[in-house]
Amino acid sequence: MDLSTKYLGLDLKHPVVASPSQLSADLDGVLRLADAGAAAIVMASIYEEQISAEEIRHAALTDQGADSQPEAAGYFSTREDRGVLESRLEILRKASERAGVPIIASLNGQSDAGWVGFAQKLQQAGASAIELNIYRVPADSAETGAQVEESYAAIVRAVKQQVSIPVAVKIAPFFSSPANLATKLAGAGADGLVLFNRFYEPDIDLKTLTPQVNLHLSTPYDIRVPLMWISLISPRFKGSIAATTGVWSGEEVVKYLIVGADVAMTASALVKFGPAHIGVLVSGLRDWMERRGFASLDAFRGRLADHRRAFDAAALMRAEYRDILTAGYASVIR
Amino acid sequence: MTPVTVTMDGNTAVAHVAYRVNEICAIYPITPSSGMAELADAWSAEGLKNIWGEVPSVQEMQAEGGAAGCVHGALQSGALTTTFTASQGLMLMLPNMYKIAGELTSTVFHVAARALAAGTSSIFGDHQDIMATRATGFALLGASSVQEGHDLALIAQAATLAARVPFIHFTDGFRTSHEYNKLTLIPDEQIRAMIDETLVWDHRARALSPERPFIRGTWQNPDTYFQTREAVNPYYAKTPGIVAAAMDRFAGLTGRRYELFRYDGPNDAERVVVCMGSGAEVVRETARWLNAKGEKVGALQVLLYRPFSAEHFLAALPESVRAVAVLDRTKEPGSPMEPLHADIVGVLADAVATGRRKLMPRVIGGRYGLSSKDFHPGMAKAAFDELKKPDPKNGFTLGIIDDVSGTSLDYDAALDIEPENTVRCLFYGLGADGTVGANKNSVKILSEGPDQYAQAYFDYDSHKSGAETASHLRFGPRPIAAPYLIRHASFVACHKFSFLFKRDILGPARPGATFLLNSPHGPEKVWAELPRPVQKQIIDKKLRFFVIDASEVALRIGLGPRLNTILQTCFFHLAHVLPPDVAIAQIKRFIKKTYESKGEAVVKLNFAAVDAAVDALHEVAVPADLNGVALPPIVRPDAPAFVREVTAEIMAGRGDLIPVSLMPADGTFPGGTTQYEKRNIAVEVPIWDPGLCIQCGQCGIVCPHAVIRAKTYPNRALDGAPGGFKSAPVNARGYPESRFTLQFYVEDCTGCGVCVENCPAYSPAGDGKRAINMGEKFPILVQERESIAFFEKLPSPDRERVNFANIRGVQFLEPLFEFSGACGGCGETPYLKLISQLFGDRMQVANATGCSAIYAANTPAHPWRANADGRGVAWANSLFEDNAEFGLGYRLAIDAQTRAARALLEGVKPAVGVDLVKALLESRQQSESDFFAQRARIVTLKEKLAAIQSQEARRLETVADFLVRRSVWIVGGDGWAYDIDSGGLDHVLAQGRDVNVLVLDTEVYSNTGGQSSKATPLGASAKFASAGKRTPRKDLALQAISYGNVYVAQIALGANAEQALIALREAEAYPGASLVLAYCQCIAHGIDMRTGMKQQARAVASGYWPLFRFDPTMRSQGLNPFRLDSPRPRLPLRDYIYRELRYETLTRSHPESAAEMLRQAQAAVLENYRIYEDLAARDGGRFLPHWEDAPK
Repeated sequence: MDLSTKYLGLDLKHPVVASPSQLSADLDGVLRLADAGAAAIVMASIYEEQISAEEIRHAALTDQGADSQPEAAGYFSTREDRGVLESRLEILRKASERAGVPIIASLNGQSDAGWVGFAQKLQQAGASAIELNIYRVPADSAETGAQVEESYAAIVRAVKQQVSIPVAVKIAPFFSSPANLATKLAGAGADGLVLFNRFYEPDIDLKTLTPQVNLHLSTPYDIRVPLMWISLISPRFKGSIAATTGVWSGEEVVKYLIVGADVAMTASALVKFGPAHIGVLVSGLRDWMERRGFASLDAFRGRLADHRRAFDAAALMRAEYRDILTAGYASVIR
Repeated sequence: MTPVTVTMDGNTAVAHVAYRVNEICAIYPITPSSGMAELADAWSAEGLKNIWGEVPSVQEMQAEGGAAGCVHGALQSGALTTTFTASQGLMLMLPNMYKIAGELTSTVFHVAARALAAGTSSIFGDHQDIMATRATGFALLGASSVQEGHDLALIAQAATLAARVPFIHFTDGFRTSHEYNKLTLIPDEQIRAMIDETLVWDHRARALSPERPFIRGTWQNPDTYFQTREAVNPYYAKTPGIVAAAMDRFAGLTGRRYELFRYDGPNDAERVVVCMGSGAEVVRETARWLNAKGEKVGALQVLLYRPFSAEHFLAALPESVRAVAVLDRTKEPGSPMEPLHADIVGVLADAVATGRRKLMPRVIGGRYGLSSKDFHPGMAKAAFDELKKPDPKNGFTLGIIDDVSGTSLDYDAALDIEPENTVRCLFYGLGADGTVGANKNSVKILSEGPDQYAQAYFDYDSHKSGAETASHLRFGPRPIAAPYLIRHASFVACHKFSFLFKRDILGPARPGATFLLNSPHGPEKVWAELPRPVQKQIIDKKLRFFVIDASEVALRIGLGPRLNTILQTCFFHLAHVLPPDVAIAQIKRFIKKTYESKGEAVVKLNFAAVDAAVDALHEVAVPADLNGVALPPIVRPDAPAFVREVTAEIMAGRGDLIPVSLMPADGTFPGGTTQYEKRNIAVEVPIWDPGLCIQCGQCGIVCPHAVIRAKTYPNRALDGAPGGFKSAPVNARGYPESRFTLQFYVEDCTGCGVCVENCPAYSPAGDGKRAINMGEKFPILVQERESIAFFEKLPSPDRERVNFANIRGVQFLEPLFEFSGACGGCGETPYLKLISQLFGDRMQVANATGCSAIYAANTPAHPWRANADGRGVAWANSLFEDNAEFGLGYRLAIDAQTRAARALLEGVKPAVGVDLVKALLESRQQSESDFFAQRARIVTLKEKLAAIQSQEARRLETVADFLVRRSVWIVGGDGWAYDIDSGGLDHVLAQGRDVNVLVLDTEVYSNTGGQSSKATPLGASAKFASAGKRTPRKDLALQAISYGNVYVAQIALGANAEQALIALREAEAYPGASLVLAYCQCIAHGIDMRTGMKQQARAVASGYWPLFRFDPTMRSQGLNPFRLDSPRPRLPLRDYIYRELRYETLTRSHPESAAEMLRQAQAAVLENYRIYEDLAARDGGRFLPHWEDAPK
């Protein structure tokens, strides 16, 4: 049985990819994921502002008490110290050398210079590809949707001009026209899309009257939004598509492939069950393919993508939505 | 080969060579030599190789005695081995040095020469330690400059291999070890060429080996020992020649020529001053200046002091010389002459007697420069001038006013002999503002070009927080040989406005100099805010005056307290050293170099500071009127006379001018002087909100500087309170008509914010406010001064009525340890303050050397004090390595005198009354009222004794005070308890005597900059364990518990203050030895010190630092003496440790081993906790087998 697939031009032995989590934040975690059989690993995101803040905090702590009294020029042996970013790059460097599977670096920039500068460093450190985890809350009411989308495209253009490795873009689903945005990003040079990142959804703690900013693990139910959009985007998007969110078993992997994804990514399930869960996902996929008699992924990939109904997709989906509501909740809950 | 020139400090220059020509460095940190050991360790960790292509091993030992032993063993086993040390460290090496020399073993000890602890101690430089080694048989080779230190390190190594006589190679501590100067680096090829490989093989061949066994270090008897000692003579006789030959070979290789005795001056000189070390440079420069003025004087520098070559000395000293002054940087009380002086007199006398010299010159000797006392050309000239006199003073001193023995020579303090093209700049900074760091960069920028030379030296006070630093920076087109402070500066920068009110900042400014002031007041307003004497100097000296609000710029940019980059840019801009764009580019290049490893964000931040600096710089149009502020007195006028005459003068930076007569001859100083300092270092201070306060005492208990005081008092006492005085009704039941006040001593506060973090009283409004909040000090300063004055007059709470058992009660006990110079947020000082509150008025402290000795006793700031009755903490520091024994000595003496008093009481019973004697002898002395009553009885006793005419009565009067139970505390850090005095501490604990040992456990050598100790935890990085410590910390508590009769407790104030309080009180009450291990956060941990108490709580919650008490008295009641006071680990270790840079750094530099060490450390924590849990769960009746429990 051939489970191999291609993602961002990288040959993967199967379509289950570890997406960013605390597991992929250090070398040990990355190697554990690789040992557990991940086809590729997206390392924990590097956040530009976090790196900057860490660097400044680190420098302030190192400087504490330095050159202040005659008995000690400082309190730390800084010769051995490695900068915050450099240490993350070193993990990437070693992971790329040792993991035996492609290592994709995830970058969340803040400034224009940050996106480009960090992306270059990630490439130099040996990343097989870069995932631009573009994430911003357009809180300014004067900013239009078009401006937001253009800012995304501009980032992709700028990064693509400076790096030669493939670049994927991870976006949130909350755009007026995600399919159109996908086209724009492809035009800007994106080699792939990662659909979708999970949104900042604060709650409120009624005891303390403060916002709660924790994030719950996804559930298989959460695959529905990406499933729909991948089915709509994949037929027209020339690059790779990674589906992420809600992948807890082989079933979700299958579903994502059926709507046209090249790979399925998971973090929540791995955080909960550990890296070995990758094997469960892969065998779930394999079992399903065996049962259905598929010898390769291409045999069923994209089967339920909407390329066959490209022109009436909108009408069809509206009809499905209307049916759910008019049939009442019983049908939904069932 | 093009010579490589670099600018570095003396320690680096020496270590550079020492590391390359050795295979093993056995070391122990001690100021000012630590830098050499740290570099060797860092290079070794980086894998830097020596000239044989090997990476030298660096082994930290538990003490210098241990380091010397390890060196000895390594040498006897054939490895080229060195060590770096100073002062007391060298003293601890003495026994081994006799052995090493006696066995004719090749080695070089690199020493940064330093004063010795006598009546008082000092970390600063002189030759007392070197002189104490004269008899060991080590050769002594001394350098006068950074370049010489670099070069002689190699010459010493080459010579020792050839001579087989071991060497001490020394530079002057601080003056040379810490001076930055430009030098020509010896390339590795030349180092290789200097070392004769065959001699290295010979050294190896002499080593112990089972392949060719022999016995070394035998014990000899009257028949042969003497001859063996004499058998070494030929080796010593050859050594000067060998050194001279090595110097010649060195000159051939490098072009730099040295001689055993360097003479500079005319061949027909009449007067010569002989000197060793950096002072020789001053003498040399002064002689050159005098000769240019037509005098005939010479300077003679002694490089090889031992073995002393009379032949070479006589050859160096012109026959024409009629008068010689020998300057010794040491003191041998009671000797007829200081050592160098005596040697030269002896050599000359012998030469004259044996006809090798015709005339005996008049030879006088003098002392100078003890403890880095600045030795400048004015003083050197005074020595030359003295030689002109018909009856010159012998045994003179230079640099002090000796109005007791009349030894001092007058000198011209303002003499300026430096060339006009040497630019001299002075920068006064605050410890935390980065001024020193910036100047370390400036000196390198200014000396980069082929004809550019620069020198920097840094002068500090010894406060750990808010220290004043002075950076002395020289640069110019010719090499700078001026190892003394700058007194004539063409550029003066004052980086802290308040310094203008404390010391004479502009005294050293030359006429027409530039003055740069970091000022919160702009160019229009600053003039009126200046002290009048400062205004006068600006006008009289026609200074160009510039201001910048660098603090505002730094805050705006996000640099916090670090003003270095901003002010450095202003300096380059104003000094016109380089074209402006070149200067900016150079500064940025060095910023990149300095900060690149810390990340781009840090580099950018500093670039932004450079770009913002010049725009914020303004020239002040200097008015002609003196309308400024009157200088306030340094200390308040009602301070005791000693404080006004001595303490205040030292605080004002005029300590050099205090005459000998005013100094205590035996090192006895008054305590409690920090109250007069009013350092005002905090910009923000805690501000109390009485309405929110729950009066719990949680703020006061954690305050490191004792600036939070609480009182309750009757309502009526508020009459006459100043307007802003705050109070609240007492919120406990049973105190009607009473008020509570929490007073913050804002002028003594460091602004650390620990109290705010620890305050549990949040505002119900949900605005995040607490009962204490940080606020700007300046607007409330005047009002708070009035409030403090009023607060001090309020009645103090009656100690007999205070509940000692809880934190709420303890806040009312007066601290007798206050306003120390410890770091903001220090983890150690709250414990000291607490024991001073509990037992201070009957407490005697033996304090080990270390942070707690420095912030407790750095003259003039002495925080241990007496209460209003005149009773308080009696404190002394013996050494680092003997503190436990020192404290035991206290106990023995106290017990002996108490026994004597009790015995004498029996004798006077009929005269003073049976009841009084019975009461005195049977007093329980546990509660405060017991002590109060006992003291009252002693007063009565003394009154009655006064009327008795007997020898016994007189004798009893001298010991009557011992009838109050005295509380002996042995205090020190983990470096002391776990390492250097671990044997002593163990012995003292084993004696069962009533001493209380408090270990302030920061888990590193805090005072010397964070070196690893045996308390350093597994997985933490520290100096000498920069890749992470691989073994867990020693369990000192279990060691002590194993004795069975030692009270042992582990406490952490921030985790459970009540438990800490109980433990300290139990320890004090326990009639045998007690050991309390106190968790102390430290800046060496790399945490935001404001959060230190929370970090303590995490240490306990993770199980890393379990709280427990082992109380042997429980066993006699059939109970388990071991009580575990903290719950099972409920926080993963990583959540505790990765909040600290010392652990976090490793996850970046060594991620894999950090992960491995975390796993091991977590396992160790859990295992350790299980051991404690097992102990706690044991049946009390069968705890540890113990001799006291043996069946009758």
